[in-house]
Formats: sequence, structure tokens, C-alpha cells
Amino acid sequence: MADPLLSVRNLKTYFYTDEGVVRAVDGLTYDLHRGETLGIVGESGSGKSVHALSVMRLIPTPPGKIVDGQILFEGRDLLKLSDEQMRRIRGNRIAMVFQEPMTSLNPVLTIGEQIAEAIILHQHLDKRAAWTRAAEMLERVKIPLARQRVKDYPHQFSGGMRQRVMIAMALSCNPSVLIADEPTTALDVTIQAQIIELMRELQRDFGTSIIMITHNLGVVAEMCDNVVVMYAGRPIETTTIKRIFQEPKHPYTWGLLHSVPKLYERRERLIPIEGQPPSLIDLPPGCAFAPRCPFAMEICVQADPPDYPVGPSHTAKCYLYSDKATEKEKKAAEAAGLAASSRSGS
Amino acid sequence: MATNGEILLEVRDLRKYYPVTKGFIFQRQVGAVKAVDDLSFFIRKGETLGLVGESGCGKTTTGRVILRLQEPTAGQALFEGRDIFKLGKEELRRLRRDMQIIFQDPYSSLNPRMTVGDIIGEPLEIHRLARGKEKVRRVQELLEVVGLSPYHANRYPHEFSGGQRQRIGIARALAVNPKLIIADEPVSALDVSIQAQVLNLLEELQKEFGLTYLFIAHDLSVVKHISDRIAVMYLGKIVELAETEELFSNPQHPYTEALLSAVPIPNPELRRERIILPGDVPSPINPPSGCRFHTRCLYVQPSCKVDEPPFADVGGGHFLACPVQPFKHQRSKAAVLPKQPAKR
Repeated sequence: MADPLLSVRNLKTYFYTDEGVVRAVDGLTYDLHRGETLGIVGESGSGKSVHALSVMRLIPTPPGKIVDGQILFEGRDLLKLSDEQMRRIRGNRIAMVFQEPMTSLNPVLTIGEQIAEAIILHQHLDKRAAWTRAAEMLERVKIPLARQRVKDYPHQFSGGMRQRVMIAMALSCNPSVLIADEPTTALDVTIQAQIIELMRELQRDFGTSIIMITHNLGVVAEMCDNVVVMYAGRPIETTTIKRIFQEPKHPYTWGLLHSVPKLYERRERLIPIEGQPPSLIDLPPGCAFAPRCPFAMEICVQADPPDYPVGPSHTAKCYLYSDKATEKEKKAAEAAGLAASSRSGS
Repeated sequence: MATNGEILLEVRDLRKYYPVTKGFIFQRQVGAVKAVDDLSFFIRKGETLGLVGESGCGKTTTGRVILRLQEPTAGQALFEGRDIFKLGKEELRRLRRDMQIIFQDPYSSLNPRMTVGDIIGEPLEIHRLARGKEKVRRVQELLEVVGLSPYHANRYPHEFSGGQRQRIGIARALAVNPKLIIADEPVSALDVSIQAQVLNLLEELQKEFGLTYLFIAHDLSVVKHISDRIAVMYLGKIVELAETEELFSNPQHPYTEALLSAVPIPNPELRRERIILPGDVPSPINPPSGCRFHTRCLYVQPSCKVDEPPFADVGGGHFLACPVQPFKHQRSKAAVLPKQPAKR
């Protein structure tokens, strides 16, 4: 396979607070290839948004700090760039769409001014050309009457339209990577469907690689090629979209898939994941999921498991797939429905 | 769920308009937000009626008006035959023992300066159900019922996570032994793994105490999971109401159909025809004439722009507000359908 476009290696972003060190992202590793859509899935507090801000180098310091790792973009480590060099990449080569279309636009500037600002800064066009380009971008994201609407203010747009504006702004400099942080979470389903469709279409046309951050497994299934599942700041399972739904290997992924009600399946009792997500301050040694894991073994509370290969391009951070688990323990997990044998599928 | 067919709550022609005024001192009404417009439905004893719709469709207003947290503009709501909207202050307070609400946001619906014990005990005192030691005992019992521990009574809301707070809200609603619980988006603020815990709890409580739910939510998978029947709202009106299985296997209203197809399914193997509705939901201040959905409808007929469709039973308790019905066979014939080809 060709070199990845963006490669995150062992990223660790910590926040130093009065209560202690919050390990928001703790050892994240993944590759993003050209034209690929990578899903980063996790619940609130799993570190998925902090990871995005780390890639953009937008972590407020203090209290936050990227303490370790590499973020290789086209072979260059973003963490080693000067602020000036980073400014030329941020918004230009790597752009971001935020969750809240209501708060991420400046209410006192027109849409056109906001889109043109990035174009003037990065593409060195004059104001007129930038405005023309802004209007073109609005047309691309299918805002009706785009040429007139560039002069409108954010409050004159609905939520779905604002998210379109955000996407237009992010794509205005034709970035290689688009990081979309829960882009449809604040929207209604019918509008969400419009935005997903739009993003797919634009990806086809622009060839942008997308990092899709979401908690919605449905959105992941619709949009992504590959997935990283995060829990308590750590990546616990990495694989293809097909395998994550058909053969989830990590007990957390498995639990997550069972706890959501299905639209087109018969109603049965939901199997929830018991307990609460842990506090990221003073995480106990061992696997962060162990206290909630129905298959937890003795080793799980003692040491944090490394990634184990569990199939073709499929890794899981779980001792069930090591020789540390006895046959009996593997059988028990299998009996519960988790494909626990590391041989299956490999 | 065991329903004996007896109707607990019947809502007839419910309307709630909010005036839109102009001027500062001499205010005059220049229009109205028709948040809820001519709603009729009933809930049987022991069943769960799901109310779905997108933001601004009036589903929360419906719940609040039924509880008279807001006064209706017109209509009737018969609870066990008595019209809620005609009750006096004292009668209403007694009735509130039978009808409780669970709010969406577990962070803002609990008073941060009260202990959990006081929060759950307050309705017991207001309705003079228990005092002193008896109250303490009852609070502890309720905490156990919702899966918390008795010692939690002395703690404050900020010490709990979102899911636990929602359990506290449920315990508070249960304190007065209500018959009907209006659950207004009870799980939408919670993480997926916690949602399942709360949904299971709600189902267990329904079985144990014979509760009736009006379950308001925007998440179709959640509503489908918990409801016996589902009402779909669009811009202040119910457009379709049917048994859950019937609604999902045989959606008749074009809006229901589009809504169902818009939900992303967590299964990459499943290929569905997706209907993508054009445009946004119009403003409820000046809703479209005729059928309110006609501006986005894929099957729109000239008459839809003029005549407001009646909401009527089209057979077997399947209610529908669409005159183009039965458009089913039309659909199979009409190749006009999806303008946007289904991509996946």
C-alpha cells in the first residue's frame, strides 16, 4: 500500500489540572490513506475530539500538552513545525468541520467574509476573486441562491445550511484532509441524511481524505472505510468497516453494538454495558475497560494490554487474544457471542 | 405489553399557539407560532405511545400542554374521562400525582442545591404521601428501584454521572405512584452504552408498576424499541399513527417513509433506497397551506397545496393524514420517485 497521507503514532495529549493529570488521548496510532474515510468512534470523554484538536495543533497550552507521539502529514511531523509553518497547513491542507454549526461561525461577519478570509490567507487571491470563489463553494454545497446568500449573516441560515457553510469553508482551500468532528450530531435525521450525502459527493469530486469523528454507529456504517474505536483515550480496536460490525473482537465494541436498538431487527431486550465510563484522572493500571468488561481476567486489572492482531488488518487491545487467556476463558467469551478465538478469520 | 384496551388518556383537537407580537409598549399580535395544531390521539392503559418528529415539530409542547405546564389554546385532554384542561388548581394538583414527567436534560432538571433524598422526597411531601422516617424509607426504596443505592440519598446531583442523574429523575417521577409518565427525550443526552441501561430500566418499571408512557423522542431506533404504537409529527401535526410493526413495515405517509429511510443503519452490508428530502422544515409561524408537508413531498399533487388532509383511520388503527393515500401502488408504478439516486 502507498504511504499513508496522515499517520498518527502513539499520540499522547494530557491536561494538567488541579485535580490531576487527565490523560485525554493516551497512545493513539492510526494511518489515513488518500481518498479514505476513517471513522473514529467513541463515547463522550473517549478522547476523539481532543485527538482532532491535537492534529490541528489547537490544544490550549496550558493546561493541555501533547506529551508524546508523532503526527506525520505527508512525511513531515506536524508536532515539530513552527507556528508559522503550522498556520500554512491548518485550514489549508488540513481543515476541520466542528459539531456545533450554531457556535462555530462568527455571528457579526457575513458568510462570504468568513469563507473569503481563509481563501485570501492561504490562496493569496485578491478580495474580489476570493468572494467569487466563496460563492462558488456555496454553490458546491448546494445552498440555493448562493450568489446572494454570501452577503447574509449566520443567523439567517438554518442549522443544516450552517453546516453546509462550514463544509464549504473547510473545502474552500481544497485540503487533503478534512477532519469532521460530529458534523451531523446537532442536526435532524432528514438533514443529517442530506449532509452525509453531500460529504460523500464532495469526497468523490475533491478526493479529500476524511477523518469522521462520531459516536453514531449508523453514520460510521454509512460513510467510513476503516474504523478506530476509542475508549478512555485509548484506541481499543482498529479494523475495516465490514469487520467491525460483523466480527467485533474487543468486548467494548461488541457491547456497544449490542446496546443500540436496531431499526430493522426484531425487538428484544437490550444488552447494556454495565457501569460508567472511568474518570480519566488516575486511571487504574490495567485495561481501562476491565471494570465494565464481562470477560475480564486477572491479568486485565494488572497491566494494560497491547494491540493483538486478530485478523487481516484487524487489531484489538485485549488479552482475550493473547496466550494469557486460557482456553476456558476464550470459550466463555465465545459462548456469549464474542468471536474470541484469534484464529477465526485470520 | 399487557393492555386491556382501556383508554387512559385521550387528546382531542389539541392546539397550542404562541402569539408573535410587535411593538414594545403597545404590543399587538401579528401572528402565531402554531406549535401544536389540531392533535388527536389516545393512549391505552399500560402501553407506550411513541411521539417522534424533528426539532420544532411540537412534540415537547404536546407533552407539556397535557401536563398543563403550559396552558392549551384549544382542545380537550381526557384523563380517565376527566378533562384536564377544565380542572381547578386544587383538582389539578391532585391529578398531577397520576401524571409525571421525565425531562431530557439530566443536568438542568435536578436542583444542584438539594440532596438526592430531598429531590426524590419533595413530591412525597407536596402530595402528603409520606413524612419523616416513612419518607426516608420510601426514598431509599425508590433509589433501589431505579438501580441506585440507599446511601446515595445524602449526595448532591453533581456527584453523579448523566445516566445516574436520569435515574434520579425517574425515581422522582415514580415517587407519587403515577399512572402516566411523559418521558421527554429521556435518553437523548446520554451516551449510547448508558442509553441501553435507562431504556431497560424504563421497560422493567413499566412491567412492575403497570405504567403508561408517552415517550417523546427524535431517535427512531429508540422509539421503535420501546413503543407499542408510534405517532409521527411534522410541523405541529400528527401525520401518521400506527402500531410499531405496522408503521415500520408499511409506512404510508411520505414523510414517515423519508424519515425511516434517513436513519443511518449500523450495518454496512445493508443497502437501502434512501429518500433524501429537499430543503428544510418550514417555519411554524406561516406554515404552508394545505398539507404542511407539500413543500418537501415527493408525491405532491396540486390539491395538496389547497386542502388540508383529514387525519383518519385507514384501517386497523392506522391513522394517516395524506389524501394521496393509498399511494402505495402509485409508488411502484411511478418512476418519478427518487430524483436523487440511492447511493448505497
